[in-house]
Amino acid sequence: MKKLSARRRHPLAAVVVLLLALAATGGLYAAFAPAGKAQADETAQSLAIDEGKKLYSVGCASCHGTGGQGTSDGPSLVGVGAAAVDFQVGTGRMPAQQPGAQVPKKKVIYSQPEIDQLAAYVASLGAGPSVPTDSQYNPSGADIAKGGELFRTNCAQCHNFTGEGGALTNGKFAPSLEDVDPKHIYEAMQTGPQNMPSFPDTTMPQKQKQDIIAYLHAVNSDQSASPGGLKLGGLGPVSEGLFGWIFGLGALIAVAIWVAAHTAKAKKS
Amino acid sequence: MSSQENSESLPEAQAPAHGAVEHAGDPFADPGLPAHKPRIQDIDERAAKRSERAVAFLFFLSMVATIGFIASYVIFPVDKIVFIFPFGHVSVLNFALGLTLGVALFCIGAGAVHWARTLMSDVEMPAERHEIAAPPEVKAQVLADFKQGAAESGFGRRKLIRNTMFGALAMVPLSGVMLLRDLGTLPEKKLRHTMWSKGKALINMNTNEPLRPEDLLVGSLTFAKPEGLEEDAEDFQTQIAKAALMLVRIKPEDIKDKRELEWSHQGIVAYSKICTHVGCPISLYEQQTHHVLCPCHQSTFDLSDGARVIFGPAGHALPQLRIGVNDEGYLEALGDFDEPVGPAFWERG
Amino acid sequence: MSTTTDARREAPAGERIADWADGRLGIYSLAKANMRKIFPDHWSFMLGEICMYSFIIIILTGVYLTLFFHPSMNEVVYDGSYVPLQGMHMSEAFNSTMHISFDVRGGLLIRQIHHWAALIFLAGMFVHMMRVFFTGAFRKPREVNWLFGFLLFVLGMFTGFTGYSLPDDLLSGTGVRFMEGAILSVPIVGTYLSFFLFGGEFPGGDFVARFYSVHILLLPGIMLGLMVAHLILVFYHKHTQFAGPGRTNKNVVGMPLLPVYMAKAGGFFFLVFGVIAVVAAIASINPIWAIGPYRPDQVSTGAQPDWYMGFSEGLIRVMPGWEINLWGHTLVLGVFIPLVIFPLVLATIAVYPFIESWITGDKREHHIADRPRNAPTRTAFGVAWITWYLVLLIGGGNDLWATHFHLSINVITWFVRIAFFVAPVLAFIATKRICLGLQRRDAEKVLHGRESGIIKRLPHGEFIEIHEPLDAGARYKLTAHEQYKPAEIGPEVDENGVARKVSPLQKLRAKLSKGYYGEGNQIPKPTAEEYQEITSGHGHH
Repeated sequence: MKKLSARRRHPLAAVVVLLLALAATGGLYAAFAPAGKAQADETAQSLAIDEGKKLYSVGCASCHGTGGQGTSDGPSLVGVGAAAVDFQVGTGRMPAQQPGAQVPKKKVIYSQPEIDQLAAYVASLGAGPSVPTDSQYNPSGADIAKGGELFRTNCAQCHNFTGEGGALTNGKFAPSLEDVDPKHIYEAMQTGPQNMPSFPDTTMPQKQKQDIIAYLHAVNSDQSASPGGLKLGGLGPVSEGLFGWIFGLGALIAVAIWVAAHTAKAKKS
Repeated sequence: MSSQENSESLPEAQAPAHGAVEHAGDPFADPGLPAHKPRIQDIDERAAKRSERAVAFLFFLSMVATIGFIASYVIFPVDKIVFIFPFGHVSVLNFALGLTLGVALFCIGAGAVHWARTLMSDVEMPAERHEIAAPPEVKAQVLADFKQGAAESGFGRRKLIRNTMFGALAMVPLSGVMLLRDLGTLPEKKLRHTMWSKGKALINMNTNEPLRPEDLLVGSLTFAKPEGLEEDAEDFQTQIAKAALMLVRIKPEDIKDKRELEWSHQGIVAYSKICTHVGCPISLYEQQTHHVLCPCHQSTFDLSDGARVIFGPAGHALPQLRIGVNDEGYLEALGDFDEPVGPAFWERG
Repeated sequence: MSTTTDARREAPAGERIADWADGRLGIYSLAKANMRKIFPDHWSFMLGEICMYSFIIIILTGVYLTLFFHPSMNEVVYDGSYVPLQGMHMSEAFNSTMHISFDVRGGLLIRQIHHWAALIFLAGMFVHMMRVFFTGAFRKPREVNWLFGFLLFVLGMFTGFTGYSLPDDLLSGTGVRFMEGAILSVPIVGTYLSFFLFGGEFPGGDFVARFYSVHILLLPGIMLGLMVAHLILVFYHKHTQFAGPGRTNKNVVGMPLLPVYMAKAGGFFFLVFGVIAVVAAIASINPIWAIGPYRPDQVSTGAQPDWYMGFSEGLIRVMPGWEINLWGHTLVLGVFIPLVIFPLVLATIAVYPFIESWITGDKREHHIADRPRNAPTRTAFGVAWITWYLVLLIGGGNDLWATHFHLSINVITWFVRIAFFVAPVLAFIATKRICLGLQRRDAEKVLHGRESGIIKRLPHGEFIEIHEPLDAGARYKLTAHEQYKPAEIGPEVDENGVARKVSPLQKLRAKLSKGYYGEGNQIPKPTAEEYQEITSGHGHH
């Protein structure tokens, strides 16, 4: 103890304390960061099914079971349909990398033909939504304003007004929808991946899904206008408040320091 | 220039000797104001000229910016969007007007401050403070005056006048309070009832069509309103604020609450969409856990267990609407909610 | 007679106008007292100016906005130029705000200046208040002005809230809904209050018009009055200053209003306005078109109020859902307790000056601003309060912290629940220790001088760092603060041996006073003897 107190005035003491604090913070973060479980989904045609089955047994069977019946590590894929596979694998969510509250989007590791084969195989296990065609999800000619209203009724509660994403319980989250492929948005609404509920055609017809896709394209793509300037993440008052404090008040205080500072005096010579 | 005059009229500012006498005895004594040190501008006329030009330049820049503001206002259409790095696709009018206005204003300020900092006298001078409280003789005078005034009014002596005046003054604001009565209607039982009643079909919020049980799949989420409530109705907002409904289909074997199962139709359960905490439309439904989260204050309800609260600040479960199917095969309400929807209140019971 | 008229005729026009005004308003006497009034220079003394100027900017832009805004909740169908809302039902309030943003040239800029200035106004008041707090500038004779400032902050919060609700958009509507829920939780009268406020059931068709008159007339009117009073008192009391050579409790040292402060303060208005205009040019705020019109059955995740209401949002988010049902009545503690704590959080800092003056029992005027380290307990209290406030702000944004730091919302909520009680205590202890450490360092510096960074090798081989003695000015500055002695209750028995009555309040006061000024709670200033001993001994290094 005495040794410690003698050394606390050491010049490096501050650095050591800082490092300890950082390590403690990191440890706390690791301890509290959400941990959980993983899941997945998949779909079908004769040759493609065979090819898909091979791919499946290598990449998917360990969690979803050899026949897609599901295991403790992954849900059953019987009846989830081709659309679910196309979404999960096509956005890189599947195959899952590590357990977590939720399986996030990542780099896609299968080629589109491989995804199609996987989808064909999983679809052969039980009937489910098929992969939508371009005419189903293409938003051209859709009603953007109606899409906006539908989005605010059905989607904004999780994904935010313009699809910036938001938090769910216990570390789960609704992802940002910025620049997501229209096909994948359509498939997500159709199949309800992971904890997202589905919005089947019986309650939200195809035309309305196109409206929603059109709205998202209008307000949350890299071409979307933000007339007022920086969007600040589209997150509302929290980011506005931070910006106001740092760049608004911060700039004003910097100016105030200049106004009140003493002018440089002439050097004695 | 003027600094010379100032310092002459206030000799103290130039007299660092103030307090220096005791200095030898007390090492912490106030040595007094230090002597003024000149700035470059005070001793070098060329430097002063440079400052003058800088100030004038700032004022000139402000004029240019104002002309830029006017030009932007005239030139740029109000709906023109352009890409400006790093701000994104922004309204060119807003951007140009804001920047020119900002520069025009900032330069006036910067010019004035630079002028003050470099060319106006920077001799610091003291001003004496005076005690805020009045001297005793003033206080005595005021008290005497007050006593005399009070005595002349007879305020203390004529108690009848005083008391009736207090009475009148106390009562007269009541008129104002009365006038507030018509600010709103009385609550009565309004918070207890919604538009739902027996036989009202559940209308899909999206399509405005009545819903059939087979439309709702396990894991899906649907929002409904009562039959007869149209979006252009005058009281739409007030009605939907209570009647908004959230429909999910859960496998009957997954439903833990007995009453919930009874009130459902083949696992289709209808819950109020209005949070029982402070009334946000709660609908962040996680189809695997059957949890529904409120985006405002994170109250979490378990829809597979009577929508009981499992986390957050809500005090009671979401009210469930009892539903069935009518003769034509459409979902219908079997009555109103049996408890008030939305936030709790004193009379809720 | 004729000569005076001649003289008057010869006087320049400006002087003649001034003469005219003086004859009616007495401006010369006013100017005599104020024209060369001295103001001290310090950047932190300009924080109040930031507030005042942003308030003026808010009024100017606000008046412009009223020319176009329709405070009505009548329903209309949007047919303006923003495509993603065309054909939507909305209130006239929302529609006219859309009109201002998309069809009035410069309307969007003015809206954004108005809103950014509001955020900065509140942030400025917060920082200004903290500056006054930490320097002890609230002490006699400025307690009343402290309260005026505090009231301005609170009124500013509500003016901001009502203004933010006017466009009737989905985000602000959610906030109003929350307000309704909070009012409903008030025991006995809550339901009635809510019905009277909203003209019946929520949302009804009245609240925008009612908020409008509150936002543009009632609250700003009161604020304007308070601000004028605040300024008059600043003038009347003269500004505080930090201790320094020649700067004492009896004077104020600085530069005169005319010309230096006229230019600096006047110029600063333009600087503030300019900075806010640039912020409004480059950064979007409250884009109601992206948010959509209010519908009570719609909502977005990440529903937050503006920052100054964030701490109340935190309170309501982390409160457990307590609800008591008794005798047919519901006591909604889960909402009502936060509603009660909300003003308490603010009042805690507002009443502090009176508590401190009660503990010190000091009746003198104080015009020298304290260095925060020299009032360790006060500083620690202030930091604890800010910590409390920040913890609640974190709670108010728990969903965004969750998504941006990949944490669980439930864990953050629990963290805030615990930190609400623990964090201020830790902050208090840590701050006090830091303050005392800094005091020790000051004392050291006074006695031994400043570390010069020059290393000298003594003849016998020892290395020492040369300490340069401080000059008289620096010594004065570091020792100018006064140190109180802890209040004594005195002996329990008087000189006749009769037990003296000591009220519990007196005991509490003595205890607190010891906590403030007792041994170990402040570092004694170096004495002249100590200084002499060290400097004359020449044995120092």
